[in-house]
Amino acid sequence: MIITQKKPIEELMAMLEGVTKVGIVGCASCATSCKTGGQPEMEEMKAYLEAHGKEVVAMAIPDESCQKLLVKKEVKVFRNTGVEAIVSMACGDGAQTVAVNVDVPVYPSNNTMFLGQAERVGVFNEACRMCGDCVVGQTAGICPITQCAKSLVNGPCGGQKNGKCEVNPENDCAWIKIYNRLVELGQEDKLLETRPDKGYAAYSYPRKISLKEEKK
Amino acid sequence: MSSLQQALESGKFGVTAEMAPPKGYDFSKQMEDAEILKGLVHGVNVTDMQSACLKATSLGLCIKLKQAGLEPILQMTGRDRSRMAIMGEFLTAAAFGIDTMLALTGDHTVVGDCKESKPVFDLDSCGILRMLTEMEETNKDCGGNDLEGEAPKFYKGASVTPVYEPLVLQINKLRKKVECGAKYVQTQGIFDIDSLKRFMDEVDKANIKVHVMAGIIPLKTAGMARYMNASVPGIDVPEWMMERLSAAAAEGKEKGVKGLPAKAGIEMAAEMIQKIKEEKICDGIHLMTIGAEKNIPVILEKAGVSISE
Repeated sequence: MIITQKKPIEELMAMLEGVTKVGIVGCASCATSCKTGGQPEMEEMKAYLEAHGKEVVAMAIPDESCQKLLVKKEVKVFRNTGVEAIVSMACGDGAQTVAVNVDVPVYPSNNTMFLGQAERVGVFNEACRMCGDCVVGQTAGICPITQCAKSLVNGPCGGQKNGKCEVNPENDCAWIKIYNRLVELGQEDKLLETRPDKGYAAYSYPRKISLKEEKK
Repeated sequence: MSSLQQALESGKFGVTAEMAPPKGYDFSKQMEDAEILKGLVHGVNVTDMQSACLKATSLGLCIKLKQAGLEPILQMTGRDRSRMAIMGEFLTAAAFGIDTMLALTGDHTVVGDCKESKPVFDLDSCGILRMLTEMEETNKDCGGNDLEGEAPKFYKGASVTPVYEPLVLQINKLRKKVECGAKYVQTQGIFDIDSLKRFMDEVDKANIKVHVMAGIIPLKTAGMARYMNASVPGIDVPEWMMERLSAAAAEGKEKGVKGLPAKAGIEMAAEMIQKIKEEKICDGIHLMTIGAEKNIPVILEKAGVSISE
């Protein structure tokens, strides 16, 4: 899921300076899990804004704040409310999806951090950097692009100390983890495979994928 | 032909030194050291912002050294440059007659002194070697476009960490570096002959054909050794070396003589080099004197190593 973190509230209040009538859009998906944009956080936001001189005119929580058509339907609650700005409590994608569906400014209350897995409630680990060329089939299900601070694909650097990464000693060396897991799986031979250097020609953003066009 | 290549391929004991460019643009200390090293080493490896700390570039000092009549080795990490920038550096280097290189992945920016700098890592050590090899073989640049004229050829090297657990990962990476074009490797600092021998056995067992140059770091104090043990990956200074340094420090204090620990460090480095050469453990040594390049003549003399042999 997309992992988000709340921005310092002062940053949001600075964006809302001069605005009285505010709308709030949360997200019932990732931001709810991250406790940054679910129903309880929206209520908290409403109370905070109202305690600071704002009027919250309406709130919406689409199942997914990144679904353009879904959001389009949900933001109808702001019609004829005199809303001056909308606070998006989703990820950066959600904020932009709201923005294309309304004609007032949209201000994000969150920072979008990474694509991660929920280890348990409230604990998230970065797991995938969305490199577009998944290698975990060769690396025992552990992504070196993400788990190695240098994204090395040919094996470790010399920078580990007692199995810990030189960049952040709290992190295990990804390649030692990969090696140990490959041994467990009886797949050490995969270490010998060389990969071509990753190219970036296909990664100029913004990208677009259309299943319809793929079918053609 | 690269003088290091000439030495190693003709079976001579290879000797290289290491030098860091300044954090500034006054190269006079480096040029003074260069005069001292003339005729003593097959090459001077110029670091590329080692430990991710900002310095003048490796290429800049390499050019200066070349003009002063030395054989510089252009060190190149993947940390700060994209493949285009790296290839550009090598074309420029070739124009100045630089023909020997060493590829490293590079320390991460967050361990260095410009932490906000973007870590690039477009290519790792293998990728840099492979790109140069392909350039030589195809006469094309990293985008597959024809180069004007012939592609420059470099004698290519890499690094390896012999004290590493599990060692199989270093051996495996070494094999890839050699497959990508490395002809020689310099090791992380070696302080124990037996661990170097174990490593060489593994290289042989893996049937990897590459010239190995043992990294030698002359110790200056026991504190330096302890610090390196605690914080530098792949460094393992044995207790007896630290005791010898401490004893030298105590002796110096008693007699009121300065510099005895550094002298002991020089002696230990020389003893190690002598042993490596006499027992033919590997193909040469790489001296990492960390600013004390002026000590290299005496180290080599004590070790009985001369490149004119």
